[in-house]
Amino acid sequence: MLYDIFIDPFVQMYQMPDFFLQVLWEGFVAGILYALIALGFVLIFKASGVFNFAQGIMVVFAGLTLVGLNENGVPAYLALILTIGVMGVLAYGVERVVMRPLVNQPEIILLMATIGLTYFLVGFGEFVFGGEPKQMITEQLGLPTGSTAFEFGDRGLVILQHIDIAAAVIAVVMVTALGVFFNKTRIGRALRAVADDHQAALSVGISLNQIWAIVWFAAGLVALATGIMWGARSDVSFALEIVAFKALPVLILGGFTSIPGAIVGGLIIGFGEKIGELYWGGLVGGGIESWLAYIIALIFLLFRPQGLFGERIIERI
Amino acid sequence: MKSIKQFALGTAVALGVGFSGAMTTAVQAEDANYVPLLTYRTGPYAGSGIHIANGMHDYLQMLNERDGGIGGVKLALEECETGYNAQKGVECYEATKGKGALVYNPYSTGITLQLIPKAGVDKIPVLSMGYGLSAAAVGSTFPWIFNVPDTYWDGASVVIKYIGEQEGGLENLKGKKIGYIFLDAGYGREPLPLLEQLAEKYGFELLQYPVPGAEMQNQSSQWLNVRRDRPDYMVMWGWGAMNPTAVKEAVKIRFPMDKFIGVWWSAGDDDASAGGEGAKGYKALNFSGVGADFPALNDIKKHVVDAGKSSTDASTIGSTLYNRGVLNSVIIAEGIRTAQELTGKKVITGEDMRLGLEALNLDEARLAELGLKGFAHPMKVTCEDHAGSHPVFIQEWDGKKWRQASDWIEPMTDVVRPLLEAAAAEYAEKNAPWPARTEPCPN
Repeated sequence: MLYDIFIDPFVQMYQMPDFFLQVLWEGFVAGILYALIALGFVLIFKASGVFNFAQGIMVVFAGLTLVGLNENGVPAYLALILTIGVMGVLAYGVERVVMRPLVNQPEIILLMATIGLTYFLVGFGEFVFGGEPKQMITEQLGLPTGSTAFEFGDRGLVILQHIDIAAAVIAVVMVTALGVFFNKTRIGRALRAVADDHQAALSVGISLNQIWAIVWFAAGLVALATGIMWGARSDVSFALEIVAFKALPVLILGGFTSIPGAIVGGLIIGFGEKIGELYWGGLVGGGIESWLAYIIALIFLLFRPQGLFGERIIERI
Repeated sequence: MKSIKQFALGTAVALGVGFSGAMTTAVQAEDANYVPLLTYRTGPYAGSGIHIANGMHDYLQMLNERDGGIGGVKLALEECETGYNAQKGVECYEATKGKGALVYNPYSTGITLQLIPKAGVDKIPVLSMGYGLSAAAVGSTFPWIFNVPDTYWDGASVVIKYIGEQEGGLENLKGKKIGYIFLDAGYGREPLPLLEQLAEKYGFELLQYPVPGAEMQNQSSQWLNVRRDRPDYMVMWGWGAMNPTAVKEAVKIRFPMDKFIGVWWSAGDDDASAGGEGAKGYKALNFSGVGADFPALNDIKKHVVDAGKSSTDASTIGSTLYNRGVLNSVIIAEGIRTAQELTGKKVITGEDMRLGLEALNLDEARLAELGLKGFAHPMKVTCEDHAGSHPVFIQEWDGKKWRQASDWIEPMTDVVRPLLEAAAAEYAEKNAPWPARTEPCPN
């Protein structure tokens, strides 16, 4: 038993290096995708201190809008632009109808509002687009679809899907752009002020409504990117909403308010769950990755309760 | 203007459907035979559920439009949305059973398991066509449950038999590895006892790859395990979004698709097409017709779809899952017709329907008469055997459509039947006091 736990996995890694590299690559890709989802949660949380329960359905809604428009004859790139517009309208609508009436309400009220928003978007999305899964318009968007295999003589091969490489590049670009936007601009500073205290931010002339609309729009863009990437790997369906909650351990690990935390947390969870599942999962019958991610996050929490990059909050009594 | 109306309607539906979880179109009359249809057009399993729901609805609606119902009595159809959720399924059952329901088709093994104890109490049979509890085939223990034409154990035995044929005989399976990827729910776990028994009998290694419901679209770990384990064949028991994702992942790891075989619920057109060109050769079991070239399907198109009395996209008529839904309704309709003949009544009850289903005899002549010659293997239900262990065939995806790739293959009844009887006895013991059969046998 001790051999199976402490020795055998490493022997396997040595004996099948191509497979180990493949596991690392899959862990990296999963981590990037988890990070993308987590980013959407982080943006909303930073601005309003609320966990946006609707982030998962926003991923589905954005993906379905894109594919649905294309199915109705709208060229792919125009559909992409129009979908961005739809996410903008959604952001504005959420700010006007859901968030504005709830300014300065307890966070639990805002959380409940996002749960309500989730159910609305599920029903509305199913009415407009139907419940059938749709295939992502990967090729029409100019995204690569093939794969490249690197052979290591008789020691096997590593297969890289081009769409996964594209996902990694897009994630890096998005994170960089969002990082610059929120750290180097006035809006970014205003956002941090809003996150700290709604009333204080209002008192110094920051438009809470404008900030919330911008942040929900940014979360919508992240949802669109996530929908395209996840949709390309399987399809765009309402089942994707559940996948979005894979971001939870990422948030616990990386902190709810940190963009770099979402990225690093995503990668740790991605690598951790794939390596854990592939090399240790067999010891308990497999299928451990769904809960292993939480175990990893909880272990980190033992040492950093605020998450890796979360803000340490000291409240005086 | 249209879009504004659609938006407004969408908002209303979102609020209504989203929160109640059930959309029904009540159609009932005193002089009609009432058939509730438990369907799911929403949620993670809608990709499979919509086609089944359309097929079920359209065939029965066609009988209403073309023939004025069955035996001169219209069918009152009512759909109830379950979302493939056992709790919602039971809610649908409770909400509709008092309206004179003749039979329930849960389209979920989870819902079926919930309804099995209720069926005998409420005197309404459950038709779980090719799904549900395999042991329910034992009519002496489960007089109210019907899983004709086959149980999951029949299906699993056919897969192993087919793989044995490919290897030159079942004896050549010794030392082979057969992977089993399945939805980690009652449905996916149902064939495991049979597969484990066959693995022991024929000496192959059974490798299991469970896919949790929440991970249906995130299967890379399972398929990395497949790549490492290098099974000789892969067998799939998937549903909903699990199927297309699995096919894509199999293509991704370059698994030989001609050695990847799905159960009849992993046989959807969308399931296979998701894998693109690489999915060529993917196989699946089937027991319902391939294609739309059947007079009854033409009648559906003419009387229902083209007449705007269905939400079916005409291009999906003839797809595997649509045809599966049609076959389900053929069994319902023939059950009603048989019950009318047996009882002399036009408007029947659930008890009459049970008699009709138990006396079901859908032979070649009757299939031809229905405009469905060759659509299914002739099937017969007896009081002892509510499934019948009927032959199934293998279909293969050619990159664009399914084509039949084998003759009809008989399940291993010699292995399956004793197991079914043992499992039925075990179920009755675990659920004691399970009522002894008192229902009359019509044949």
